[in-house]
Amino acid sequence: MNAYDLPNKEGHFGPYGGIFVAETLISALEDLRKQYEFYRSDPDFLAEFAYELKHYVGRPSPIYHAKRWSEHLGGAQILLKREDLNHTGAHKINNTIGQALLARRMGKKRVIAETGAGQHGVASATVAARYGMECVVYMGSEDVKRQATNVYRMKLLGATVIPVESGSRTLKDALNEAMRDWVTNVEDTFYIIGTVAGPHPYPMMVRDFQVVIGTEAKAQMQEDFQRQPDALIACVGGGSNAIGLFYPYIDDANVRLIGVEAAGKGIDTNQHAATLSTGKPGVLHGNRTYLIQDENGQIIETHSISAGLDYPGVGPEHAWLKDCGRAEYVAITDDEALDAFHTLCRYEGIMPALESSHALAYAAKYAPTLSKDKLLLVNLSGRGDKDMATVAQMSGLTL
Amino acid sequence: MSFIKSLLNFLSGSSDTDVKKSNRIAKTFNILKSQNRKALIPFITAGDPNPQVTVPLMHQLVHSGANIIELGVPFSDPMADGPTIQRSSERALKHHVSLNDVLDMVNEFRKTDSRTPIVLMGYANPIEAMGYGSFAAKAKQCGIDGVLIVDYPPEESEKWVECLDQQGIDAIFLLSPTTPQQRIEQVAKVARGYVYYVSLKGVTGASHLDLQDVSDMLAKLRQHISLPIGVGFGIRDGATAKAVASLADAVVVGSRIIEEIEKSTEAEILDKGGNLLNTLRKAIDEN
Repeated sequence: MNAYDLPNKEGHFGPYGGIFVAETLISALEDLRKQYEFYRSDPDFLAEFAYELKHYVGRPSPIYHAKRWSEHLGGAQILLKREDLNHTGAHKINNTIGQALLARRMGKKRVIAETGAGQHGVASATVAARYGMECVVYMGSEDVKRQATNVYRMKLLGATVIPVESGSRTLKDALNEAMRDWVTNVEDTFYIIGTVAGPHPYPMMVRDFQVVIGTEAKAQMQEDFQRQPDALIACVGGGSNAIGLFYPYIDDANVRLIGVEAAGKGIDTNQHAATLSTGKPGVLHGNRTYLIQDENGQIIETHSISAGLDYPGVGPEHAWLKDCGRAEYVAITDDEALDAFHTLCRYEGIMPALESSHALAYAAKYAPTLSKDKLLLVNLSGRGDKDMATVAQMSGLTL
Repeated sequence: MSFIKSLLNFLSGSSDTDVKKSNRIAKTFNILKSQNRKALIPFITAGDPNPQVTVPLMHQLVHSGANIIELGVPFSDPMADGPTIQRSSERALKHHVSLNDVLDMVNEFRKTDSRTPIVLMGYANPIEAMGYGSFAAKAKQCGIDGVLIVDYPPEESEKWVECLDQQGIDAIFLLSPTTPQQRIEQVAKVARGYVYYVSLKGVTGASHLDLQDVSDMLAKLRQHISLPIGVGFGIRDGATAKAVASLADAVVVGSRIIEEIEKSTEAEILDKGGNLLNTLRKAIDEN
């Protein structure tokens, strides 16, 4: 079937991935690995997952041809995979449903999650409400300020949001804190990691739950366009929406895979989150991957206008896809992303998340260099309602 | 001068002609065993609250009854540590204390103490940034005896242990209450020096300790592990130290010492740290 078959059984993608955690977490991860190994091919589990994706999330998400925007750009046709239309407004829910169903089968009554932009927190709080589980969400206090609406949304859904005051007070610190909670409460608690990072089996498991994006896209492209796209473009923070779209295409060598990182105020400044473009391999949060770090191996605070991309690491599978040359990774600044945000609003009546706006901004640069018969499929991973306050502020307004 | 040097060497248990650099850990445990005593192992973070205090504090801890010192390498994301040790890392990082700086501190310490084993404890990434080979060579040069990297479990440690072995440095590993039987055997194969049993689930600085659980688990561990076993996490005072010492070969104290450092003015740190250690030493030796 698929020639590409990673990770190996130790959870490695080439030199990346693995289980770099303290002894206290090893048996919990081993248990998770065994259970997931069983359920990932269990017909009942897969049937329930598919049912929930269809009836609760509203899948399949359509592919939309952004004709007016494409015409305006004057090059390749831009197609949008509309993950923004999912219940809760982003791709994150695909994964949280998968993990919540697994948690239920493992008899865990409490779920915890870390969140940056708040999208994964909302998606976790949502499924916890849906399945009647207690939910605690860790969020950097800096992000709590930036994403007040999502914080309130999580509370409405019955979750407890714990602001994290350590370190840079952003996503990485929320992840540290969630790990600490998990170590302490491992018996009754399931840790729902929101991206394709962390120790094995998380990068593989989260990918598997997000692969529905790419699997649908492949079928939809065939049906609607009778061909596959020339390139896939997706934003990469941890990289779950990107890997979800890329994975079914890895063996299709004629489809370019382009991941778009956050260049913040520019990759030659120290205020960005472009891990694959500027980082070096190291170990953080349970896996070996590229990291933004200083020469002594300390993790550096990152910056992006979008909280969801503001992370100093990246999923280990992306690290491997970069090294082996199968995927390319580029970076887009805050300003370019903001431009794309406004353009999509005006030309297509679609308000994208600032995360997804990075992918759109790269498409806007790339499309004009191609002929009009080329197809670019962009993952519109989330909607932008949550970002209105940030965008207003950038335009000098308060709401 | 050379008389003073000889005197210092004599006091610290070595001589000019016979400076035994390897296996200080095994030697320490052997001596303690012959005296029917248990090891006291304090943990401090290098550079907390500032880099100048660390070497004098290490000497003070030795004078106050420490047998081995675990020296923490500060890291920006100490995932397995509770708030107390996290804060100590943050204080040290304000002074930009790097892994190289920590190695220099040990080098400095060794000028007047060639006997007390030093174990570095920390997280993987500073080691990754330096590279296994150059780290191990430098660590050997500076007189480091063992290294415990929290997020290098045996599964990911084959090359790591190889590099340390080449330099005769002990790779120390953790065991926890959740470690299953077959894994104990696996850890026993790679562990060197001593094994550090984390007596609680959770992060460092947690406060409840069930002695019966510790006792049961140690019995299980000893079926497979011939190395000395140190117990840490949850040791708060003389009474818990004494109780743990009656079961284990070594008592590891971390967060409690860091708290003492936090409470002290800079001038008080050596005294307060030393007093705490004295109290623990006495309690342990009462067994």
